[in-house]
Amino acid sequence: MLSNIGISLVVLVLILSFLTIYTAYLDLKTSNQFIKVSIYKLSLFQTTFTVLSFFTLIIGFINSDFSLINVYENSHTTKPFFYKIAGTWGNHEGSLLLWINILVIFSYLFLVFNYKHNKRFRLYTLIFQNILILGFLFFLLLNSNPFNSIYPIPLEGLGLNPILQDPALAIHPPLLYVGFVGCSIYFSAAMASLISGYGGKLFAQSIKTWVKISWCFQTLGIIVGSIWAYYELGWGGFWFWDPVENASLLPWFAITALMHSLIVLEKRSTLYSWVIILCLLTFILSVTGTFLVRSGILNSVHTFASDPSRGIYILIFLSFMIFSALIIFFTKHKKETFSFNLKSRETFILANNWFMAFFLVTVLIGTLYPIFLDVLTGVKISVGPPFFNIVIIPLVVPFMLLMSIGPKFSWIKSQNKFFYETLFLMLSAIVINLFIFYFFGEYSLLSNLIFITAIFLILHSVLDAKKFINNINKTGLSRIISHLGFGFLVFFIGINHQFSLEEDFNLKVGEIKKTDNYEINFKNIKIKQSKNYKAVIGNFELTNLKNNLVQYLDPEIRIYSNPETLTYEAAIKTKMTSDLYLTMSNVSRSEYYNIKFQNKPFMVWIWISAIMVALGGFVQLTLKKNED
Amino acid sequence: MKVKSIFFIICILITLPMHASDNQTRLLEVYKNLRCLVCQGQSIADSNSDFAATIKLVVQDQFNNGKTEEEVYNFLISKYGEWIVYQPTFNKNNFLLWVLPYAVLIFGGFIIFLIVRKTKHKKVN
Amino acid sequence: MKIDITKIIIFCFIAFSLFVFWKGLKNSSNYDTTQLIGSKISNFQLININNYDQYISQEDFKKNKFTLINFFASWCVPCRSEHEYLLNLSNKEIKIVGINFKDKKSNAINFLEELGDPYYFVGEDSNGKVSISFGIYGIPESILINSDLTVIKKIVGPIDQIQYDEILKLIQ
Repeated sequence: MLSNIGISLVVLVLILSFLTIYTAYLDLKTSNQFIKVSIYKLSLFQTTFTVLSFFTLIIGFINSDFSLINVYENSHTTKPFFYKIAGTWGNHEGSLLLWINILVIFSYLFLVFNYKHNKRFRLYTLIFQNILILGFLFFLLLNSNPFNSIYPIPLEGLGLNPILQDPALAIHPPLLYVGFVGCSIYFSAAMASLISGYGGKLFAQSIKTWVKISWCFQTLGIIVGSIWAYYELGWGGFWFWDPVENASLLPWFAITALMHSLIVLEKRSTLYSWVIILCLLTFILSVTGTFLVRSGILNSVHTFASDPSRGIYILIFLSFMIFSALIIFFTKHKKETFSFNLKSRETFILANNWFMAFFLVTVLIGTLYPIFLDVLTGVKISVGPPFFNIVIIPLVVPFMLLMSIGPKFSWIKSQNKFFYETLFLMLSAIVINLFIFYFFGEYSLLSNLIFITAIFLILHSVLDAKKFINNINKTGLSRIISHLGFGFLVFFIGINHQFSLEEDFNLKVGEIKKTDNYEINFKNIKIKQSKNYKAVIGNFELTNLKNNLVQYLDPEIRIYSNPETLTYEAAIKTKMTSDLYLTMSNVSRSEYYNIKFQNKPFMVWIWISAIMVALGGFVQLTLKKNED
Repeated sequence: MKVKSIFFIICILITLPMHASDNQTRLLEVYKNLRCLVCQGQSIADSNSDFAATIKLVVQDQFNNGKTEEEVYNFLISKYGEWIVYQPTFNKNNFLLWVLPYAVLIFGGFIIFLIVRKTKHKKVN
Repeated sequence: MKIDITKIIIFCFIAFSLFVFWKGLKNSSNYDTTQLIGSKISNFQLININNYDQYISQEDFKKNKFTLINFFASWCVPCRSEHEYLLNLSNKEIKIVGINFKDKKSNAINFLEELGDPYYFVGEDSNGKVSISFGIYGIPESILINSDLTVIKKIVGPIDQIQYDEILKLIQ
């Protein structure tokens, strides 16, 4: 029965989307200044039914209603309640329904909150957004329907993947989807802007809140994903330049560039074409990312179960999107003249775009190159962390320099008032870096530059914060927070990378491993039977040879029964100063266990800095005043 | 060949630590650069598979015999193909991969330069 | 629409990229090392599992018209399914070498007693390092070489009927 309710609701939404497009199209022709009330009502109904359909699926999961194939494949009666709900979006079909929900909700909210803006612009936005919604609805109904039913009804489900039973991972997809799918609304708005001619400052104002919302959630989604990877995946890292991770990073670069460019568009009414390009590009990147992740074209730790038919459909949809965007842009855009002084804030924002484009292209090429090479020449190569690190990290140095001094410049034209301040801060940064270098350990030239520029950025932001508190400069709070967070992020990642201790060795129960800094005693093994898994727990006694501090770590090997999987749970002791990280895996047909041990200084500060970056964005959203 | 060595030298200069890294660090660096062939997107360092364990032994052996990182990579590439290393070698197949990002960087910088210069000329006029 | 060379280039590039994606979907993304075919096997020394003083090297393979190097273990379940094909092949114009991968000698001997012994030499590889020098990454795997020591076929996974027929064709 749930199946019928669900499908009926989705079909209703489909009909309403068609109606919305049709009614909006008719309303375009009228000379009335206001949008017809019926359109608001259609949109509201559409939203209501879409949300109801999602709740229907959730209820299916909560009740373990295995008449729905989706619930059968992805849930189990013994799953904890919270994870039953999270199971709704933890699979391809359910997450697609979530995508549609966000598309519809944003469509409605954009319509309502932008009541002050041009009618034709809003109607066209609604039309384009609903075309996107139709595309996704057809995909859902024809290929990935979460409401498909199965008969006879199975008694038990196939179980949710145990790796997905984690609080961070439960909220990671919804956060990321608000980011990914949120960009659809300004994709539609950009198309609408081109067709209706509604551009400039007003256009910037109509979309800026939406850009900020999608940026905040995208940033937060990526952070939560990294935190989850660190605590759950058992390799002590938080970013692997894996194709799925890259797929979430590509829109992020575009949204960041867009967010900064919007400031220029609003302030100086210039850069309109570039803003439009970014609006169109962001959602295109989101859908491309979805294609890469769900079609099975790439080999990755994160992939959903892959299915080539999905890939074909998404590719068709993507092609349609890109070509319509290209055609409309080429036919409707007008050539712009630019007026940028070298010493002006606009130019520095251009520089931000420049670097964002570079980072974006690097990650895009790195991710896609193996596919292109394989298809064109049959040669298979891997492009992994070394490539991305070598290309990107050196450029972070000039990027942070520009990030520090950019905000100092005022709009249009600037004086050299702050030269001595900048010089002083640079010298301080160099001194602080020398201090770290001398007292704590030596590192490469590149690392020196990274530390110096990161500290430079931090000092600048701290100084700006002081000025803000002292009321000298009452603008830019959110920028200060985010830039400061970014400086800290790079700084702590640098420290963590330079001063981490890593060991990889094999040990038997009862043996002791001695390294330069630690003594690791493999005391014993315990077996524990839990609700849906059996755990092999290792007890390790760690003695820090420098200060004789003793700590205990208990990594686990978990054997799940439904579905049959093996996971490795790292033992992590998190302190403000460092993390101790230990994983254990058994060597087949041997009494030995392979142990990976890491001491990671200031690990938790990486998360704090990253959250700070996102926080700046959230502050922007909540402040009513016109910032910057 | 000359381009390859210049590129290699720049990479080393930039990342050269001021002191020699110990064997353990070198080993881990190599493990991180090797791809686990039987896993879904994991390095030898991260993988718990049997294959990864064997590769680690082989790499340790080669280091003990005095081989350099590049020799180890070349050995494994000859057996398993270029797919096994995460850092693509700089050859005629991967040339575009390494060059395109910098080409974009230079191109972007050039555009900004043009825009600013045009503004300056307008001011003069 | 003004015809502009930049726009045409962009259009073509996008169309080309989408075409590559479409083609990429058809390719399987699982990697196998069939690129080994055509290359020569490297120098090695295989120690006899029954007599640790005895060993063979690549020179000994030059005497054979064809050699099939088969990696197996007593604990490997798919190895059992391919064993029948190996036994059949051992009667043909081909010499089969077995390399016992990460196994205990007694278990290997029991395995061969139970299922039959198609090998004219069984080498030991208790730590798996020999397999790496042959480009192996899982078992069972088999490499077919000629008297020139050139790899003419690589089989990843157990030999099935199709593989068996292909091997027969190659050794005619």
